[in-house]
Amino acid sequence: MTGFKEQEYNNDFDLGVWKQIFKYMKKYKKYLIMLGFIMVSVAGIDIIFPLMTRRAIDNYVVPGNIDGLGRFAIIYGVLIIIQVINVWAFIALAGKVEMGIQYDIRKLGFKKLQELSFTYYDKTPTGWIMARMTSDVRRLGETISWGLVDSAWGLTFMSGIAVVLLILNFKLALITLTVVPILAMLSIYFQKKILKAYRDVRKINSQITGSFSEGISGAKTTKTLVREEENLNEFKDLTGNMRLVSIRAAIFSALFLPIVLTLGSIGTGLALWFGGKGVLTDTISYGTLVAFLSYTALFFEPVRELARVFAELQAAQASAERVLSLVEMEPTIKDREDVIEKYGDILHAKDENWEDIKGDIEYRNVTFKYESGEKVLDNFNLNIRAGETIALVGETGSGKSTIVNLACRFYEPSEGEVLIDGIDYRERSLPWLHSNIGYVLQSPHLFSGTIIENIRYGSKNATEMDVIRAAKLVNAHEFITKLEKGYDTQVGEGGGKLSTGQKQLISFARAIVSNPKIFVLDEATSSIDTETEKKIQDAIQKVLKGRTSFIIAHRLSTIVNSDRILVVKKGKIVEEGTHKQLIQNRGYYYNLYTNQFKEEKVSLY
Amino acid sequence: MNRLKLLWKFMKGNRLIYIGAVLSIGLATFASIINPLVLKVSIDSVIGDKALKAPSIVMNSINKIGGIDFLENNLWISAIVLVILTMIQGIFLYFKGKWSAQAAESIAKNIRESVYDHLQHQPYDYHVKSETGDLIQRCTSDVDTIRRFLAIQFVEIGRAIFMISFVAIIMFSLNVKMALISMAVVPIIFAFSVIFFLKVKKAFKLSDESEAEMSTVLQENLSGVRVVRAFSKEKFEIDKFEEKNENYRYLTYKLIRLLAGYWALSDLLCLIQIGSVLILGVYWATTGAITLGTLVVFTSYEGMLLWPVRQLGRILTDLGKSLVSLERIGEILDEPREEIESNELTPEIKGNIKFENVSFSYENDNKTLDNISFEVNKGETIAIMGQTGSGKSSLVHLLARLYEYNSGSIKIDGIELKNIQKKWIRKHVGIVLQEPFLFSRSIKDNISLAKLEAKEAEIIESARVAAIHNVIEDFERGYDTKVGEKGVTLSGGQKQRIAIARTLINNSPILIFDDSLSAVDTETDLAIRKALEKRKSGVTTFIISHRVSTIAGADKIIVLENGKIVQSGNHEELIKRKGLYKRVWTIQNSLETEMDKIV
Repeated sequence: MTGFKEQEYNNDFDLGVWKQIFKYMKKYKKYLIMLGFIMVSVAGIDIIFPLMTRRAIDNYVVPGNIDGLGRFAIIYGVLIIIQVINVWAFIALAGKVEMGIQYDIRKLGFKKLQELSFTYYDKTPTGWIMARMTSDVRRLGETISWGLVDSAWGLTFMSGIAVVLLILNFKLALITLTVVPILAMLSIYFQKKILKAYRDVRKINSQITGSFSEGISGAKTTKTLVREEENLNEFKDLTGNMRLVSIRAAIFSALFLPIVLTLGSIGTGLALWFGGKGVLTDTISYGTLVAFLSYTALFFEPVRELARVFAELQAAQASAERVLSLVEMEPTIKDREDVIEKYGDILHAKDENWEDIKGDIEYRNVTFKYESGEKVLDNFNLNIRAGETIALVGETGSGKSTIVNLACRFYEPSEGEVLIDGIDYRERSLPWLHSNIGYVLQSPHLFSGTIIENIRYGSKNATEMDVIRAAKLVNAHEFITKLEKGYDTQVGEGGGKLSTGQKQLISFARAIVSNPKIFVLDEATSSIDTETEKKIQDAIQKVLKGRTSFIIAHRLSTIVNSDRILVVKKGKIVEEGTHKQLIQNRGYYYNLYTNQFKEEKVSLY
Repeated sequence: MNRLKLLWKFMKGNRLIYIGAVLSIGLATFASIINPLVLKVSIDSVIGDKALKAPSIVMNSINKIGGIDFLENNLWISAIVLVILTMIQGIFLYFKGKWSAQAAESIAKNIRESVYDHLQHQPYDYHVKSETGDLIQRCTSDVDTIRRFLAIQFVEIGRAIFMISFVAIIMFSLNVKMALISMAVVPIIFAFSVIFFLKVKKAFKLSDESEAEMSTVLQENLSGVRVVRAFSKEKFEIDKFEEKNENYRYLTYKLIRLLAGYWALSDLLCLIQIGSVLILGVYWATTGAITLGTLVVFTSYEGMLLWPVRQLGRILTDLGKSLVSLERIGEILDEPREEIESNELTPEIKGNIKFENVSFSYENDNKTLDNISFEVNKGETIAIMGQTGSGKSSLVHLLARLYEYNSGSIKIDGIELKNIQKKWIRKHVGIVLQEPFLFSRSIKDNISLAKLEAKEAEIIESARVAAIHNVIEDFERGYDTKVGEKGVTLSGGQKQRIAIARTLINNSPILIFDDSLSAVDTETDLAIRKALEKRKSGVTTFIISHRVSTIAGADKIIVLENGKIVQSGNHEELIKRKGLYKRVWTIQNSLETEMDKIV
């Protein structure tokens, strides 16, 4: 397994990415078009308002005549009403699109995550996936909806103003508009800088969060090592850095606005200077001058908006690429079309077609290697009869987990095949196999919710009696009922109150409730104390009866009763037999477990 | 009020610069307000022929350069004045941005550091009980809320107040009737936005919560992926996520629709205000009650005025959030720190330990340790066995002064433990916790955490003793492998062994293994103990374990039950007596006897 590497994305605008993303947004096409039209209308009315002012000045104030002012007021009122409706509509519509896109992509992504194979999870950090599904999706939704709003408005508004100014007075317009290209270039430059600076801020911010989280979770360790001062000093480096970077980002923003304002005022100044001369020589009307003065002041807003959208588009493109890489990832383990046809998929299981499983498992010439090419199993053969209990013994990395993962089809053989009841398991569906498996892990994972909900996770049809029976079987009933709320106790963060051993027992009960044909115990009782383990030992025997099972354990007591013990070394079975046979063999197994007793007698200390 | 004092304390060293920022926004606002006046004068008096009414300074300077006529012929002067005024506004805006950021970021830095430091100096028990997620939340997002308040919101309030007062003064001095009309809607808009944002607070909260719920489902699904697959619960999980996803969309879209209503209504109010100023202004300008320039000034001020007023409503409603954040941070800082007394002793620690009638209880609980007495000599190994909750861990925690005993006496080399400085004793008691925490840095750095100056050879030596050297060497990047990085997942046993190496490097005279070999297989367990045996010279060792094989060789074994010592003695003695030790020994030993039979 190699370390996870974040893919590098280029910064240039890539139409292909957007085309691909828009494939997922077909149903929002009509909303987006509607949104575009509304924004054009908003910008149009925004342009008309100063024209109305001009008209009022030129038609009423300058000639000193108020005839028709009433009609003017009515038109003004109508414009206000249209604009207010527009504003309501575009916000609501953009919100609908924004949330709709997020919802759809998340739904798609989550489904994909349920299909991706363990090899994907082995090399992808959870945090990475979380970021794709939360912030990247959010950014994509925001940029597509609000980006369209801002850019449609900005473009219309800007070109509208330009057209109006040119019509009002061509020469004066040209003079005033000279500022715009400089404004645009500067805006884009600054927006990019600002965006990048804030990205740095966010990066350090997440380091600070990490540092807090470590400082708090590791506080007990820190105390025993007397490291409070060093930790604080290291933390101070981070906060100092954060302060510097944040101030730098703030300074960029603080510089941007004044520069843009000043440029805008140069535009206004030019209009005043040349327009004023025009009024004096009677070539320009008062109203036109006032309109020019107000329009030039308005210019800077759309330019700034457009520059922002432009800069954000770049970040959004990176988000789009990352989201696509998740959504379009092909699971390496999946059912064939014809298998899905017959047995259904995870959403629509056709369990009426599912055959009952007996539990014979056969590895036939199985080779398994990681993507890196490292071989874990080489031409491995093993035949397990239904109902047999198989114990796997060996060092970490010897391949015992791989053998189990292959049986569960969490991994698939690179070469060879695994047969269940005599048929290659790829001929039947993943849900069919998995619904027949019970799995108890060393580090038990419980979901937030109550204890009873967690045990019931194994089977939704389980009654309360089933749950209690399973809990009693694994000796968990006693401690559960001692809890204040019994089976209704919330696990989760308060579940910190449950010890690892107790969590193991709960996850054991969960597996029992699901009544599987194939049972896997992967160091399942490692954190349970000797006396309790002894007590549940008989229960384990009872539970495993009639089921094919794998046991991985360090503890001898857990495996001595297995039908067959396999000693695995570097992907090969080096010894095989019952406990009795292996002890008599006096091989690796014998040494492994006599060491601790024999040498103990020589007495240390 | 107390909390505001706290904030004031955090602002120390940055108060002046922050006041400077607030003053700058005032000056920038002032400059931005003068701008339309320049336009008015230019339109009315320079280009038009209205008599100029202005303060005497302005009149004097205009007369000095040659009067109105001169300006009329040189319109560029007005234009330049306009640009310069904007530049002045810009400069002050810049200072406002820079200074408020400097102050706010420095203050945030202060808060972060003192919270971090304070948390580190909380007693051990605090960290046993605290909810990590909640604490992190307070340290990060609550600090950020305060930072944002200082950097942006407070200065914005300043801007709005300056803006309203300046504009009001100028408007009323120009024309009272027009001013009254122009200001008519301001209080309504303000009240409307305050009321609205107070009302939608709940909608914001619901949206945030539903997003958090959705993330939790996702997070749990990802970390529990094996369980999901093994139980074939994909559909169940998809449905669960679908519900949260849909709920988040529904609540947030609802919020956005509320906001759409707000902006539309608030736009309506603003536009009516602007419209009425325009139409009445035009009417009065036509009748000659006001000048054209005044009309232009009023229409431009109106636009400038309304935006900050709308913002103000929103910011004021956010103010509550900042106060809550301040309160939550204050709560952390109110917790008393672990007491470190300065007059305590720092004697040489050899490792002779004597417990005499020691009792201890957590708060009001029953006695966790009840009348414990035993003695260990330097260099001896003492093992403690007992069921979960019998008080084993508490006993060794007392020794490192992580908790204080209530009665009785613990003497180390004849000195009462309570008189020995906490830091001193912890430096001399190496304790490996049951669930050790590794920091996300390299393995090498993790091992040398407590001894930064440790040489490479020492690190490797410790790792060897902890039987982890070979494992580390097998990693692609060896000792430079970063803990927690994907691809190299350390097993529980490997983590325990690294924690052991980390403790060993200090060569403490007293070592405590608090069930810290539980996840290590028996073979490795044995190897570690052998290596320790070879290495230690006079180190007093405490071992807590469930495994008879681990503790059988100890000089002395103590069996705890409900906080009391029920048995003590060495292995040979204990297996002859009835009790927990013999029971466990029989279970674990039955295999051995059985094995002997087979052989």
